[in-house]
Amino acid sequence: MELNDIVAKAEDAVAAATTPQELDSVRVEYMGKKGLLTEQLKSLGKLSAEERPAAGQAINQAKQQVQQAINARNEELKQAQLAEKLAAERIDVTLPGRRAALGGLHPVTQTIQRIEQFFGDLGFRVVEGPEVEDDFHNFDALNIPANHPARADHDTFYFTPKTMLRTQTSGVQIRTMEHEQPPLRIISPGRVYRNDYDQTHTPMFHQVEGLMVDTDVSFTQLKGILEDFLVNFFEESLEVRFRPSYFPFTEPSAEVDVRRKDGQWLEVLGCGMVHPKVLQAVGIDSEKYTGFAFGMGVERLTMLRYGVNDLRAFFENDVRFLKQFN
Amino acid sequence: MKFSEKWLRSWVNPALDQVALAEQLSMAGLEVDDVTPVAEAFSSVVVGEVVKCWQHPDADKLQVTEVNIGADEPATIVCGAPNCRQGLKVAVATVGAVLPGDFKIKKAKLRGQPSHGMLCSNAELGLNDDHDGIVELPADAPVGMDYREYLELNDVTFDVDLTPNRADCLGLRGIAREVGVLNRMAVTEPEIKEVKAVHDASRAIELVAAEACPRYLGRIVKNVNVGAESPLWLTERLRRSGVRSIDPVVDVTNYVLLELGHPMHAFDNDKLKGDVQVRMAQTDEKLTLLDGTEVTLQDDVLVIADSEKALAMAGIFGGEDSGVTTESNTIFLESAFFAPAAIAGRARRFGLHTDASHRYERGVDPELQRSAMERATKLIIEICGGEAGPVVEAKDDRHLPQPQQVRLRKARLASVLGISIADDEVIEILERLGFTVSSDDEGWQVSVPTFRFDIAIEEDLIEEVARIYGYHRIQATAPAAQLRMVPRKESAIAAGTLKQLLVDRGYQEAITYSFVDPKHQAMLFDDSAALTLPFPISLDMSSMRVSLWPGLIGAVAHNQKRQQQSLAFCETGLRFLPDEDAENGVRQEPMIAGIRAGKAFGEHWDEGERAVDFFDIKGDVEALLAATGEPQLYTFVADAHPALHPGQSAAIFKNGKNVGYLGAVHPQFEKKLGLNGRTFVFELELAAVQQRRLPAAQSVSRYPSIRRDLAIVAPTQLAAGEILKAIENVGVNHLVGLNLFDVYEGTGVAEGYRSLALSLTLQHPERTLEDQEINTAVNAVVEMLTNEFGATLRE
Repeated sequence: MELNDIVAKAEDAVAAATTPQELDSVRVEYMGKKGLLTEQLKSLGKLSAEERPAAGQAINQAKQQVQQAINARNEELKQAQLAEKLAAERIDVTLPGRRAALGGLHPVTQTIQRIEQFFGDLGFRVVEGPEVEDDFHNFDALNIPANHPARADHDTFYFTPKTMLRTQTSGVQIRTMEHEQPPLRIISPGRVYRNDYDQTHTPMFHQVEGLMVDTDVSFTQLKGILEDFLVNFFEESLEVRFRPSYFPFTEPSAEVDVRRKDGQWLEVLGCGMVHPKVLQAVGIDSEKYTGFAFGMGVERLTMLRYGVNDLRAFFENDVRFLKQFN
Repeated sequence: MKFSEKWLRSWVNPALDQVALAEQLSMAGLEVDDVTPVAEAFSSVVVGEVVKCWQHPDADKLQVTEVNIGADEPATIVCGAPNCRQGLKVAVATVGAVLPGDFKIKKAKLRGQPSHGMLCSNAELGLNDDHDGIVELPADAPVGMDYREYLELNDVTFDVDLTPNRADCLGLRGIAREVGVLNRMAVTEPEIKEVKAVHDASRAIELVAAEACPRYLGRIVKNVNVGAESPLWLTERLRRSGVRSIDPVVDVTNYVLLELGHPMHAFDNDKLKGDVQVRMAQTDEKLTLLDGTEVTLQDDVLVIADSEKALAMAGIFGGEDSGVTTESNTIFLESAFFAPAAIAGRARRFGLHTDASHRYERGVDPELQRSAMERATKLIIEICGGEAGPVVEAKDDRHLPQPQQVRLRKARLASVLGISIADDEVIEILERLGFTVSSDDEGWQVSVPTFRFDIAIEEDLIEEVARIYGYHRIQATAPAAQLRMVPRKESAIAAGTLKQLLVDRGYQEAITYSFVDPKHQAMLFDDSAALTLPFPISLDMSSMRVSLWPGLIGAVAHNQKRQQQSLAFCETGLRFLPDEDAENGVRQEPMIAGIRAGKAFGEHWDEGERAVDFFDIKGDVEALLAATGEPQLYTFVADAHPALHPGQSAAIFKNGKNVGYLGAVHPQFEKKLGLNGRTFVFELELAAVQQRRLPAAQSVSRYPSIRRDLAIVAPTQLAAGEILKAIENVGVNHLVGLNLFDVYEGTGVAEGYRSLALSLTLQHPERTLEDQEINTAVNAVVEMLTNEFGATLRE
C-alpha cells in the first residue's frame, strides 16, 4: 500500500473511534510494534542509501500525522466524556441550602449598642451597676432627700424604706464619682424600674445615662453633644429643641424634643448641668469642675427609630416581633 | 395645674394665639400637657324662660311648657325634669340644635303633644355629670342669648404639668406673672382689700410647733348661709380647673387656692372648743377625716387642734367633726404657712394627696396668708352673707423663711452656660422676674421676692437667666476634652460577644422581667429564698429572679401558645440572691442563659428534621466555653438539679467551682409551666466565661501526625467524660488530639456495656514519630483503661 493510503485509512479509523478503547486499537493497528506504519519503517532496509533518508522522512511524517490525529481525537473523546459526567452531576441550585439558623439581638440591645458606639468613640466609658439600690445612691446623693416631691414621682419599687429597685441608672454615676476624680466621661446603660404598667409604661425599661465632668464643661457643649447624637442616631438632620425643665440632680435642666414627621414634638431625653450638690456629695470640687449629665429612654428611641407602636411588645418576647430586627 | 385661657387673659393678655401661648409656656419650663375645649361642641342652644308649664295630659312624669327663647313665638316643649317650673331660666336646645354626641334636635311629638326643642341639663350639654335636672340659670340671664356666649364657653383649659420647683405657679397668680415676664407685660391682679371687722369674736391661736407652722391666721365669720348657691362665674372657673363645686365655702377656699396658689381651710366655729393650737400630734392620736376614714397619727404629723382634740391634719386634710356643713352658721377661716419639711411625705404616708398638701409640700409664699384670708372673706360674704370678725395672726419670726440674698457671679454664669450674656440683659431678665439686683464688678447681688421661694443658690439664678434668655439662643458647640485612651483588657470577653456567639448559633435574644412568678420560681428552685417586692404590679411579678430560667421558660410558653414551636432564646442579666453579707443584702450576679425547645433546626428537604436534645444545647455551652480559649478548665458532671430531668442534667464546673447548669426541664414541671414538650436550658455565671486566654504562640510541627483508633468496651454506667479526662491525664507523650467518634450499644456488645470508638492523634514537634513510640503510647492508654475502668479492647 502506498504511504498516503495508509495515512488516509488511519485517519478514517481515528475519526470512527467512539471510545478511548477503540482509539487505542487504532493506535496499535498503525503505530504498535507490528503496526502498519511501523512495518513501513522496517522496509527501509530494502532501499538504497540514497533513497533511505527521503523515504524515512516521509514515513516519520506520516507517523506524526497519524499521532496528531489520534491525540486530537483523544482530546475530543475526553471532553465528551467529561461533559457527560458533568451533565449527570447536575443539581437544582435553587433548592434551599442547609442553613444553620441565625438568631438576633433584642432591639433594645441593638439600640444600647449603637448608643455605646457613638459615645464610646468620644471616649465615654461604659459603666454598669447594681439594680437593687440603696436610697443614698438612688436618691440622696442625687439631691433627692427623703420626702422630696420628686421621690413620689418615681413610683419606686421599695423592698425596705432604704432599699429599692433603681428608678434610674444615675446611681452608677454616683458610684463612679465616689471613686474617681475628673476628668470623667461615662455612660451607664441598664434596666430601671417604676411601679407603673399601662399602654405607655412597663414596670421595667432601659435607660442610658451619660456624664461628663471636667474643667470648662458647659451647657453649650451639652447641646452640642446631644444634637450630634440625635442626628447620628436617627441618621437624618431632624429638628431638635431644648426645653427648660427640672431634675433635682441637674441645674439648669432641660428636656430635649425632636420633631416627628407629623410635625409633633416628642420628648426623647432629659439633661442638664450637674447640680453642685451632687458633685459635693461625692467629694468633687464644684468650683473647679462642672459637668453635664443626660438620660434617655432606650425603648422610646427604639420605637421611634424602627416604628414600634406598643412598648409592651419589647418584653413579650414574641419571636415574630423579635425576628423583624434580625 | 389647670386653668381657663379666658381667666388667664383677664390677668394678662399677650398678643399670642392659643397655640403660641401654650408653646411659650412650654418653652419657659411650664410644660403645657394639654389644651382642651371647656365644653364639647354644641350649637343653637339659647337661654330661655319657662313662661307656662302644665301637666302632660297622657304622661304622669312629663310636663308641657311654653318657653320664651327670644323669638316671636314661644316654643312648645315637653320636659320630664322634676325641677321644670314656670319662671325658670334654662338652657334650651332649639329645633335644629346639635348636642354633644351628634344628637340632633328636631320637631317631635311626645305622647301626642308637640315638642319643638329640649330643655337641657348640663350633663346633656357635656359640661358635667349632673343629671339631676335641667339647668337653673340666674334670674338675670338674658333670654335668647346663645348659651355658649352666655357661659363664655368658647374657651379652653390649659393643663400645665409643673415641675416640683415651680410651686409658685400652682396658682393663676404665678402663671400670669410668668406670662407677664415672658411678654414684658404688666399683670392686673385682682384688688385685695381688708374686710373690716364688724364684730370682735375671735379665737386665740397658739403656735406650739412654731418651726412647722411659723404663721397662722384665723378669723370668725358669723351668720354665713352655707346653703347659698355658688355663682355661675365661680363654679365655671372651678369646673374649668377640674374642681367640682361642693358648697360656697369650700368653693371659695378652692377658688383662692387656684387663684393665689394658697390653700385655706374652714372650720365650723361652733364645733371648736377654746383656743386653736397648732401642734404635733400625739403618738396614736386618732382623727376622723372629712371623708369619714379614721387615721392614727404619729408625733411628726402636724395638726390643728382645739383645747380638746385634733381637728385637722395641718395642710393636708380637714376633720369630719369640725367640718363646715349646710347647717353651719359661724365659720372659722384658716390661712397658714406650714413649712414644707413639716408636711412633705405625710400625706403619702396616709395614702392621701390633696390640692393643699401638693402645695404645702412644695412650698407657698410665706407672705401671702393675709391676702388669701381677705380674699376668701370677701368672696364668702358676697355669696353667703355673714359678718367678718378680726383677723388674729400668730407668728414666730424666728422660723419664718427669711428673704433670700443670692450672689450671681459673671464668670460662673459664663462658665456654666458657655456663652456670655450682656450685663444689661442679665439685669433686665432678673428684674423682670421680680428680683432686686445690685451690681458690682464681679457680678450681682440678687434679692429674691418671697413668691420665688424656690431660689436659693447661684445655679438657681443661672437657670432663671438661661430660661428667660431662651435655651434656643444658646448655641451648640462640641465638647473639648483631653484625648486619653480608655484601658481595654484584651483578655476580657464582653457579654455582647458571648451573646453574639449564641445569636450566630440561632438564638434569639430575649429580655424578660427581673421579677417573676413566685410559684414558678419556688417550683424550680425549692431551696432558694428569693427577694420579694412588697408592692408588686401583680402577684405573678413579685419575686426577684434567682435565675434567668423562669423568664426564659415564660417566653417559650408564650410563643408556643402562638404556634411557634421551634424556639431558642438567650438572655443576659442579673440574678438576685439574698445574702446578708452582700451590699444591700443581695448578691446581684450577671448570668448568661439559654433555652431551646421544639426542632433542632428547620425541616429540610435533604436533612429532614429532629427534635432538639441535650447535646444540641451542650454544644452551645461548649461553644461559649471554647470562646475562653481554655475549654479544658471546665467539666460537666451529672448532677440532679431540682429544676431538671434527673437523668439529663449536668453541673458545670470551672476549676472545681460550680458555675452553672444545663439540662432538660424536669418533665413533671412542663405542664405547670405551660411548656409544650421537652425543653432544654442552660445557665452560666457570666464572670466564669468572660476571661479569655491570651495567645502564647508555639511553632507548628512540620512533621506528620499519626492517628490511631481504639474501640473499647466499658460499662454503660461509666461516664465518657471520665474516660476522656483519664486519657488526657495519663501523660501520653505527644498526644495532640483525642476524639470520641462513635458510641455503640447492642448486638455484639454485652448488656450493660457499650463500645466507645476513640481516635488518638500523635505528633512530635521536631521529628517523625517511630512506630515503636506510637505503639508504646497507645498501649499505655489501653493499659490504663483496663486497670482503671475494667475496659477491654473490642474484638
